[in-house]
Amino acid sequence: MVDFWQIIQNAGVELISPTTAAYALAALGLAIHFGFTGLVNFGQAGFMAIGAYGYGISTLTFHFPVWGAVLVGIGASIVFALILGVPTLRLRADYLSIVTIAAAEILRLIFTTNTLEAVTGSADGLSGYKGGFADLNPIPDGTYGFGPWTMNAYDLWLRIVAWTIVIIACLLAWQLMRSPWGRVVKGIREDEDAVRALGKNVYFYKMQSLILGGVFGTIAGMIFILPRAIVPANYATTLTFFIYTILLLGGAATILGPVVGSIIFWVLLSAVSGFVARAQAAGWFDLIGMSSVQAGQTRFILVGIVLMLLVIFRPQGIFGNKKELAFVK
Amino acid sequence: MSSDVKPTKGSPVKSVDMHVGEIVPGVPKKDPIIVADHVTRTFGGLTAVDVDHVEIPRNAITALIGPNGAGKTTFFNLLTGFDKPDTGKWTFMGKSLAGIPSFRVARLGQVRTFQLTKALSLLTVLDNMKLGAKGQKGENMFVALLPWLWRKQEEEIEAKAMELLARFKLDTKAEDYAASLSGGQRKLLEMARALMSDPTLVMLDEPMAGVNPALTQSLLDHILDLKTQGMTVLFVEHDMQMVRHIADWVIVMAEGKIVAEGPPDAVMSNPAVIDAYLGSHHDQDLGEDPDQEKENVNAIKELLDADDKS
Repeated sequence: MVDFWQIIQNAGVELISPTTAAYALAALGLAIHFGFTGLVNFGQAGFMAIGAYGYGISTLTFHFPVWGAVLVGIGASIVFALILGVPTLRLRADYLSIVTIAAAEILRLIFTTNTLEAVTGSADGLSGYKGGFADLNPIPDGTYGFGPWTMNAYDLWLRIVAWTIVIIACLLAWQLMRSPWGRVVKGIREDEDAVRALGKNVYFYKMQSLILGGVFGTIAGMIFILPRAIVPANYATTLTFFIYTILLLGGAATILGPVVGSIIFWVLLSAVSGFVARAQAAGWFDLIGMSSVQAGQTRFILVGIVLMLLVIFRPQGIFGNKKELAFVK
Repeated sequence: MSSDVKPTKGSPVKSVDMHVGEIVPGVPKKDPIIVADHVTRTFGGLTAVDVDHVEIPRNAITALIGPNGAGKTTFFNLLTGFDKPDTGKWTFMGKSLAGIPSFRVARLGQVRTFQLTKALSLLTVLDNMKLGAKGQKGENMFVALLPWLWRKQEEEIEAKAMELLARFKLDTKAEDYAASLSGGQRKLLEMARALMSDPTLVMLDEPMAGVNPALTQSLLDHILDLKTQGMTVLFVEHDMQMVRHIADWVIVMAEGKIVAEGPPDAVMSNPAVIDAYLGSHHDQDLGEDPDQEKENVNAIKELLDADDKS
């Protein structure tokens, strides 16, 4: 029999999991790029990879403290944003998307190559970098929480840190977007020539936005690796498109949209995959001869359908302004 | 609307006697705001702009006219830094502007509007206006995070924006998205937005294109109003009625060159202008030539015969 209670419990875990927080933060960075400034960045996975590897390599190879490793990651992501932005931000929007998707793939392949195995761990990735972060944990050992949210001290510490960062990032983005700075970038999204004609240095603002959203993605990459190991395969283009899905689900030009979008995405993904796996084991799909491997893949099909329905019937996202849609060309 | 402007029915006060010496294309002005020399721009084999010398008079309304493809908008783009010339230099209030990027040109006080209106659709009308203000502290990313540093300035900008919107009769639309405005209202918004920066020179690219006649008169009054407030206006326009009505000086372009200039009435009767618009053979009959016709018919017959034989 399918254990629905267990499915709900497993889905509940995702509600506050650090992975959800990481995706929320990465999607918020993308909201700054795509939703507010109109930069079509298809390389958010690259920014996340820089966060992950920046943190991992500085800890393992150079034995940096946590704050040092975080700063290395952020610094590397600023450099990455400059490399992407300097040649492309003067050009039309499409060029940035081509360059970012390629740059993110180049990064992933560099991290996968055998030549750098001593530093990057090649296809096996990196692990064993969590000590520094665990040592900062002020919470005494023990079991905390209840129901699906029962966890040990490290997990609690990680969740507190992850969601605190998400909240701070949201407040930051919210304040920026209601300021004159936000007005300029939103103007750039609508028509950059008009903004240029009003005396604003469009290139400079686009660069600031690219760096800010990229740094958000990088910090998200660091949160993402704290509950797991660094595996280069995680940073393929599918990661970027999951983040886009989350962004569109929540509402592209919103602050809370990416957060709620991420929660819905992960809860839904967990519930659907839990259900399909258990239903397959209980023999519900024997008629169509579905194997357990096939059942594992079905979750993305079902999630895809659900998301398509959402985008068709609520294209502005959950938090998006319905009024805006009336004027979309 | 300012009370300084003459009532709409009467004709506006024209500035006269702005040039030095005989009126020829490129005539020097007593008080020029823009002086351009040897500005050329080619697109492949096409020379879009080839202006030898031109001066735009200060505190006057200058119209730039010419047939389609004469290079008016390209010249506009060059002057405002939206395009780079192949050769040439020009000064704005004595400062050389060649090679200066468009946003710096705007900061110097030379703002422009576009032929295809660029209202920022998903910003409110008020936000569109506020974006036009210069020197906003809160446009710095780090200052933006500290609202108490820019809130006072923001209030001043908002008050100014509302005042301008009221003048342009858009104040009731302040909270609506710019996308909800009509084409004519967008033209008004674009002009009002340009005024937020207190410009010295306002460059309007076809301000009347697509504006319904009911709004035309109020747009005209706004342009005249700019002059009474001490601004200089340079505009591109096809509507001759309007040019005659409000322009103090008219510059005519054709095939990239300045072919004539002068006060509106004198320019409109200038043979070079009529040629530019209608072609130099406009008064000759280009009708059928019977001999030529016969030849063509014979040639076609021969071709058909050759086809039949093969």
